[in-house]
Amino acid sequence: MSSEKAVTLRVNGNEVNIITPAHRTLLEALRHEGFVEIKSGCEKGDCGACAVLLDGVPVDSCITLAWHAEGRDVTTIKGLGNSDSPDPLQKAFIETGGAQCGYCTPGMIIAAKALLNENPEPSLDDIKKALSGNLCRCTGYTKIFEAVQIAAEDLRKEGEAA
Amino acid sequence: MLPRFELSQPQTLPEALKALAGGVGQPLAGGTNLFPDLRGGREKGDTFISLSQVGELRYIEHTDNRVTLGSGATISDILRDPQMKIAAPALVAASDIFAGAMVRNAATIGGNVCCGSPSADSVPPLLTLGADVTLASASGERTLPLDEFYLDYKKTVMKPDELLASISWTPPTPGSAHLFYKLSRRKGDAITITGISVLVEAEGGKCKTVRIALGSVAPTIFRAHEAEGMLAGRVLTSELIEEAAQSAAGQCKPISDNRASAEYRLLTAHSLTRRLLRQAWKQAS
Repeated sequence: MSSEKAVTLRVNGNEVNIITPAHRTLLEALRHEGFVEIKSGCEKGDCGACAVLLDGVPVDSCITLAWHAEGRDVTTIKGLGNSDSPDPLQKAFIETGGAQCGYCTPGMIIAAKALLNENPEPSLDDIKKALSGNLCRCTGYTKIFEAVQIAAEDLRKEGEAA
Repeated sequence: MLPRFELSQPQTLPEALKALAGGVGQPLAGGTNLFPDLRGGREKGDTFISLSQVGELRYIEHTDNRVTLGSGATISDILRDPQMKIAAPALVAASDIFAGAMVRNAATIGGNVCCGSPSADSVPPLLTLGADVTLASASGERTLPLDEFYLDYKKTVMKPDELLASISWTPPTPGSAHLFYKLSRRKGDAITITGISVLVEAEGGKCKTVRIALGSVAPTIFRAHEAEGMLAGRVLTSELIEEAAQSAAGQCKPISDNRASAEYRLLTAHSLTRRLLRQAWKQAS
């Protein structure tokens, strides 16, 4: 058994090669590579600040090993959009004030993205369930839920127009 | 940071069993429990055998009269399975409020059952289904009732070279009630204070089958056999239900911790057993 191993994965579509020991989490490995948009919070799978999409499925990168991401696709918030071309979710979080201190926001948006990919018309309860593993200590969640509802509507309109 | 460890990544079940038979290394499933426990110093280990790549363990199978869950099926897999609402309604209810969304995507049913935690939410529903567990090792397989699986707090009958391969049960008969209630501070991301599952099958105006399981109120999750014996074959009157609930509470050995006092757990084990039995009887009769 080797203690370190070369792991190749794709982050936001680009190939990334890392050499890492088995006990290194995906969160630590990717932040070390400069993907600091992934936030480190509780480091025990409670707060969701570190959420990324792994082959499209949201997971807590703090309790996912880097080795387990080998050959897989990781999407961070930067893979969804940027200030020139934001994702409808990013736009809606700005519009509603869904981000205050902003620390939970990347994880919130990643978890919300996974929800909208699967369910374009989520009820408020669906949104609450999808964000049940994301903690925000600023907003009280109202604006966050609103942002997801607005983004869902924007995406539906986009779909109808296209 | 996690403490340093070595990891082997078998690709097939025989490879995983061979690695376990080597006597070095403990199985690692979704890691949602193990990693926080390693980081917090509550668990130790310098070698782990990752089951993530063992695709044979991740399945859900519905045959004529049997449901089988591969131990690698995630909590989200259970929620996505359209037949599970009929095959195990209380398991779906427990899965629906299990930790948070991201944890549900990684946590496996095998991990939840094997960690032996008194607050494992999938276990009371599986106990009231009368589920069996199949343990595999390099030298063969054995199947036993889940009811005989737990020995003490975080202790099970599993030998170090064994792996939980699957969990299976016969679905409840149509019209029966299979319920779960989780008492906790919040609906998501919360550890259970008192967890109850009840199954009631009625026939000819009488209770044909009844199973009651309680979680977080003793060193292990357990079936309230004495209470079940008081109800089986009878009409479930309020008085009888009250007696059974008292008996179930009598079997509890709760502790006080930062979530609730032992007294509160005892009180709620009693009242929630009563509540779920009433609800289940009403639904099934």
